[in-house]
Amino acid sequence: MSILVDKNTKVIVQGFTGKEGTFHAEQCLAYGTKIVGGVTPNKGGQEHLGLPVFNTVQEAINATGATVSMIFVPPAFVADAIMEASDAGIELAVVITEGAPVQDIMHAKAYANKCNMKIIGPNCPGIITAQESKIGIMPGSVFKKGCVGLISKSGTLTYEGANQVCKEGYGISTAIGIGGDPIIGLSYKELLPLFEQDEQTKAVVIIGEIGGDLEIQAAKFIKENFTKPVIAFIAGQTAPKGKRMGHAGAIVSGSAGTADEKMKALEEAGVHVVKSPADIGKKVAEVLK
Amino acid sequence: MNIHEYQAKDVFRKYNVSVPRGYVATSVKEAVEHAKHLGGSVWVVKAQIHAGGRGLAGGVKLARSLDEVAVHAGDILGMTLVTHQTGPKGKKVHKVYIEEGAQIAKEFYLSILLDRALELPVMMTSTEGGMDIELVAKNTPEKIIKTTIDPAIGFQGFHGRKLAFGLGLPKEDIGKFVNFASALYRAYIENDAEMVEINPLIQTKHGDFLALDGKMGFDDNAIPLRHPQIEEMRDFSEEEPSETEAKKYGLSYVKLDGSVGCMVNGAGLAMATMDIIKHEGGEPANFLDVGGGANPQTVAKGFEIILKDPNVKSIFVNIFGGIVRCDRIANGILEATKLVDVNIPVIVRLDGTNAKEASEILKNANISNVITAFDLSDGAKKAVLASLETNV
Repeated sequence: MSILVDKNTKVIVQGFTGKEGTFHAEQCLAYGTKIVGGVTPNKGGQEHLGLPVFNTVQEAINATGATVSMIFVPPAFVADAIMEASDAGIELAVVITEGAPVQDIMHAKAYANKCNMKIIGPNCPGIITAQESKIGIMPGSVFKKGCVGLISKSGTLTYEGANQVCKEGYGISTAIGIGGDPIIGLSYKELLPLFEQDEQTKAVVIIGEIGGDLEIQAAKFIKENFTKPVIAFIAGQTAPKGKRMGHAGAIVSGSAGTADEKMKALEEAGVHVVKSPADIGKKVAEVLK
Repeated sequence: MNIHEYQAKDVFRKYNVSVPRGYVATSVKEAVEHAKHLGGSVWVVKAQIHAGGRGLAGGVKLARSLDEVAVHAGDILGMTLVTHQTGPKGKKVHKVYIEEGAQIAKEFYLSILLDRALELPVMMTSTEGGMDIELVAKNTPEKIIKTTIDPAIGFQGFHGRKLAFGLGLPKEDIGKFVNFASALYRAYIENDAEMVEINPLIQTKHGDFLALDGKMGFDDNAIPLRHPQIEEMRDFSEEEPSETEAKKYGLSYVKLDGSVGCMVNGAGLAMATMDIIKHEGGEPANFLDVGGGANPQTVAKGFEIILKDPNVKSIFVNIFGGIVRCDRIANGILEATKLVDVNIPVIVRLDGTNAKEASEILKNANISNVITAFDLSDGAKKAVLASLETNV
């Protein structure tokens, strides 16, 4: 068990023949991900990494039965790619692309919702079900199979958190980097119910950051509906107001979106909040003991 | 990305969002010429900086003669304005905007921004024009009227009417307000703005709506892709030079006031690194994300930028190697120390892919001020300690 993806998930890559698409598709294949082909317009009929290339997502689905698309299309065209995936009937799009305009994602997400397609990202490391399927750009070796689910806005903090959990002798069920943009696809409150139902997952780590209110929504959900222990860290406790900290969405606007506010809400929901990012693994071990 | 008031008003004009006539000036002489050209007997001289609260700080002055225009422009040009939005250091004024005086009958507030929870633009208005809107929202939230606008249907009449009736406008003003709001929405959406704010929006004695102030901020992802005319409005003198420099090399840097310099891969880990430095009793000097493609050149550039800050007493390099292997980063650090003279302690924590090989490389290089750390917490402790010791 795991959430959203496992070793049988069939994946296509949009932006397959580009530099990033090629490099990461290779890495995913090496990890064992069932990549069954890719899409690059005007390159249909070719073979790439020993797999078929299609002109459209629809052709790719018809030929391979893929349900997930990993998207590496450049920012100017990524909304188009997401909407094409939605239209063709992909169930989950994992959007790695960084730098997509907010308005584009607003439109693409609205259309994806209409087509019942889930989105992870954009501007994210992707999703990994440990030792089964890696759909993204994370270093697979960090993720040992285990009972801890992980949801994070940040890429490297996902690896940091997973690494700490594994060093304590535990492992990861599924880890999802949800992305650091102002508008993203699945967030904590949509992923937590999946972890609630996943038998493999015994605890969940949430790694959040300043900006927006997704962590507050998560706290509300946890308080009312989530029964498994949650460990959380919020990055940006020392970030100045009104400054964008790397991620497009990581900004404290006025008095809203601060780390303090989020940590407080999570604590009130019974979450084990750690102040230091070095304590994530230790806290997981303490809670699961 | 933010632009000046005079630039925002240029954008407004293109979309028929009514604004008073005005021109920007960089000298007293130019200011007076503009005032003459505008005619009339009342002008407003306004400091152009990227921050609100200019009026209270003395950056907006009324002039009733050309002599007064000259005096005010002379005072304001070159002054350093300190407002609640500039930080204690304030911002130096390089330009003034000379605007014709307006006859104000009523003041309102009008803005559009992204509601991140609803994932839609929200238009907000209030009768409390000219006030600090955050305070209005806090103390009298009922005085703020909002409507979300789904970009799929765009701005419709009902959106405007909802706000206009909410403001309690008389029926002869409803249509005027709706048209004004509709034009503003187009200026927002067609330029990939992330916020547009008019405070105050005024109604003249003749009943016309006029943007007395104008503020626009844009989506940094969209501007380089499709709005070259907005990109041209960028005023580098408003940005921290070290941050602009960093951007050229693909680094994301934010200057802070502490003494522990940070070089990290990934924005989240970079923020977390600042946090752990504070947690260990130190103060971070900066946020710096070297990105996924860290190489000797970017690492060297990172050192250079960090070292330009005289407050920095130690540097914490915190890298979690994923696709980028740690041994490459370690070599990058060695290369960088050859390119840049780093004479303060550098604490290096490398974890993830090929971390062992990396620590061997650093050990064998045997550079006295490069200290390795075995994990995040150890690195932060050592970096903080080093920053305190070199202080003495």
